[in-house]
Amino acid sequence: MNVAKRTFDAVIVGAGGAGLRAALQLSEAGLKTAVLTKVFPTRSHTVAAQGGVAASLGNSTEDNWHWHMYDTVKGSDWLGDQDAIEFMCKKANEVVVELEHYGMPFDRTDNGKIYQRPFGGHSMNYGQAPVMRSCAAADRTGHAMLHALYQRNVRANTQFFVEWMALDLIRDADGDVLGVTAMEMETGEVSIFHAKATIFATGGAGRIYYSSTNAFINTGDGVGMAARAGIPLEDMEFWQFHPTGVAGAGVLITEGVRGEGGILRNASGERFMERYAPNLKDLASRDVVSRAMTTEINEGRGAGPDKDHVLLDITHLSPETIMKRLPGIREIAIQFAGVDPIKAPIPVVPTCHYQMGGIPTNYKGQVVVPKDGNSNAPVQGFYAAGECACASVHGANRLGTNSLLDLLVFGKSAGETVVEDFKSGQLKLKPLPEGAADASLARLARLDSQTKGESVFDVGMEMRRTMQKHAGVFRFDQLLKEGVQKMGEIAERAKRTEIKDKSKVWNVARMEALELDNLIEVARATIVSAEARKESRGAHVRDDAPDTPENPNGRDDANWLKHTLWYSEGNRLDYKPVNLKPLSDDVEPIALAKRTY
Amino acid sequence: MTKRTVQFKIYRYDPDKDEKPYMQDISVELEASDKKLLDALVRLRAKDDSMSFRRSCREGVCGSDAMNINGKNGLACLTDIDSLQQPITLRPLPGLPVIRDLIVDMTQFFKQYHSIKPYLVNNDPPPERERLQTPEDREELNGLYECILCACCSTSCPSFWWNPDKFVGPAGLLAAYRFLADTRDQDTNARLDNLEDPYRLFRCHSIMNCVDVCPKGLNPTRAIGKIKDMMVRRAI
Repeated sequence: MNVAKRTFDAVIVGAGGAGLRAALQLSEAGLKTAVLTKVFPTRSHTVAAQGGVAASLGNSTEDNWHWHMYDTVKGSDWLGDQDAIEFMCKKANEVVVELEHYGMPFDRTDNGKIYQRPFGGHSMNYGQAPVMRSCAAADRTGHAMLHALYQRNVRANTQFFVEWMALDLIRDADGDVLGVTAMEMETGEVSIFHAKATIFATGGAGRIYYSSTNAFINTGDGVGMAARAGIPLEDMEFWQFHPTGVAGAGVLITEGVRGEGGILRNASGERFMERYAPNLKDLASRDVVSRAMTTEINEGRGAGPDKDHVLLDITHLSPETIMKRLPGIREIAIQFAGVDPIKAPIPVVPTCHYQMGGIPTNYKGQVVVPKDGNSNAPVQGFYAAGECACASVHGANRLGTNSLLDLLVFGKSAGETVVEDFKSGQLKLKPLPEGAADASLARLARLDSQTKGESVFDVGMEMRRTMQKHAGVFRFDQLLKEGVQKMGEIAERAKRTEIKDKSKVWNVARMEALELDNLIEVARATIVSAEARKESRGAHVRDDAPDTPENPNGRDDANWLKHTLWYSEGNRLDYKPVNLKPLSDDVEPIALAKRTY
Repeated sequence: MTKRTVQFKIYRYDPDKDEKPYMQDISVELEASDKKLLDALVRLRAKDDSMSFRRSCREGVCGSDAMNINGKNGLACLTDIDSLQQPITLRPLPGLPVIRDLIVDMTQFFKQYHSIKPYLVNNDPPPERERLQTPEDREELNGLYECILCACCSTSCPSFWWNPDKFVGPAGLLAAYRFLADTRDQDTNARLDNLEDPYRLFRCHSIMNCVDVCPKGLNPTRAIGKIKDMMVRRAI
């Protein structure tokens, strides 16, 4: 196959919030930049974020970045790196105000400032009471943000390659990153995008689970590409199950519903969160609420004929509040749950939502790997931001509204670092290795010639069901061990997938087969990392690591206060220390403590 | 709902192998949990992996899976299967070149969107904090900013079919008014100049197909009327 070569200063893969924010930095600095995206930018999954973006603007209640930092570290169950968390919380006001200047249609307070609402795990004065920190555009914040960022990129003349799917990362013998291979959907042709800098902003991989709030496109393409190229993946055992996915459909209902006063109830109408989180109740952090809901269901207090869900009740809110602050939620409830939330509660279940782990990076957006005794050595030419990256600001559990903040702060930071490295002459266009596209071409050739293989749909379904059963809200040693075994078998089957459609033109079957390769890497990383971590922390809770005085909530800091690193080759595991030291002297380290809400 | 079989008639065309497009009769058995047209299309793909269409969020916010469903444009993910008369006839969005099956080339649609300068223009030095806007002024943007660029409206508009290169179309004009209506934007005159021509704005004849098909319940015709009002007020 003929492989065209295109050369740029920088190539960005992904045009969701992180990719667009990074692109803006590069375009405005005059770098020749290519943004590759497998969907038109405004179709990226950032569009589905609802409840808001965190910033301690203090527009409605007193607030400051110290409180935000404390909440984020506590929310992460102390697995987050405190330098990156300080950086993010300090930068929040700047990037949110910038977005407002770009035209983002935030809701407003009576005095014309950005409207803010309470959100889970966000508090004032170090856990005392809920704080209004989530900057919102009704319940369509992600949509408003993604469109504003795209629009700003139109103004900046950013060069997009729309409906181009990146296939593999190109590294040379030194391990430096020189770009990617990518396929144009419309023609099936493969190109090499050769660049001095490569930024991954490819989003998460929530589609490894059967029940997910995530879009079809969330297949962990960047994470899979990095893993195949020998980059380790960090903390992949930590997946967020959002408390309120519509039962049966999986569609997200924002935590902003509880921020506006919504209450979770069991079959008997009891506000059960009062028992699990006496202080913040329904606004405890997501892992805590999801576990409480699962416990209610497991103990027979679920609602509905099969007692398999709980109820999210906003019938006590005024119809005006619902129409003004939660109009999209009302549409979703009517469309996907068949109930009008003004009149009846919404059936909800914990649903896979967010990947806390990812490609290891530092707060500058540089991808970092262990090398020569340094556990965080930057990979020359490689950067990542957003859900595909692990900075790590979310640690073992992300707070709501910190994902939109993450993609703004680290999208911008990665962009700034590339611009600095470019201007200082540190980034060079190294020659491509021989056969730079061979791995990608081999994958495509296999798909073209494979016979007697299995369908992508069947193998993908087996993976999703396996992950759902073996690595869910609660985790059990035996199930994890079986899961590792099963995922190994499924990964072998994925090597023999067969597609019937061989067309060059917009071949969805080929795209789905390539996406499955990426999902498989993520699923393997998840199950292997989860099986190995013999403690409970944040979203990773094992029945054999219970709450004891030595190990509060089952958390074993003596042995497990460390980041997992998983290597695809041989399922090898390594670990690196958590950075408990903030970036500056402006703040003391947040000391380890038991998490209660 | 229970298990049931649904009949389809679907526009098929793969330029790699088909000389010309054809309508394919095909049926699929649905599970009880399948409610939306998109669920059925995913089942169809499991049966025939060459069936090509775009899809992503499956909840009506990304705008990928717009198509012509029993003669009317809509999103597959927001359309109840059981509300549709069978055989369910699916065609690509009308008026745009077909790439393959239900996938159209949206270049012209986005070109028109880009032509209205879809970004906020404010040349004052940015203040340290957010620019202020009253809740009432912010409410002017409701019904405008929620557009998902699915193209259901523009591709249901006869004026856009005849002049896709000259008439901005309902989606682009809705976006134009979104910025005209924003108290923070300072480019009103240039925006109106940009639309002052026999085609760009004035080809809208208030047929209102756009309002009828918008899956988000938006009203481009009303926005177009408001732009026309601004033109008139400016002329006086």
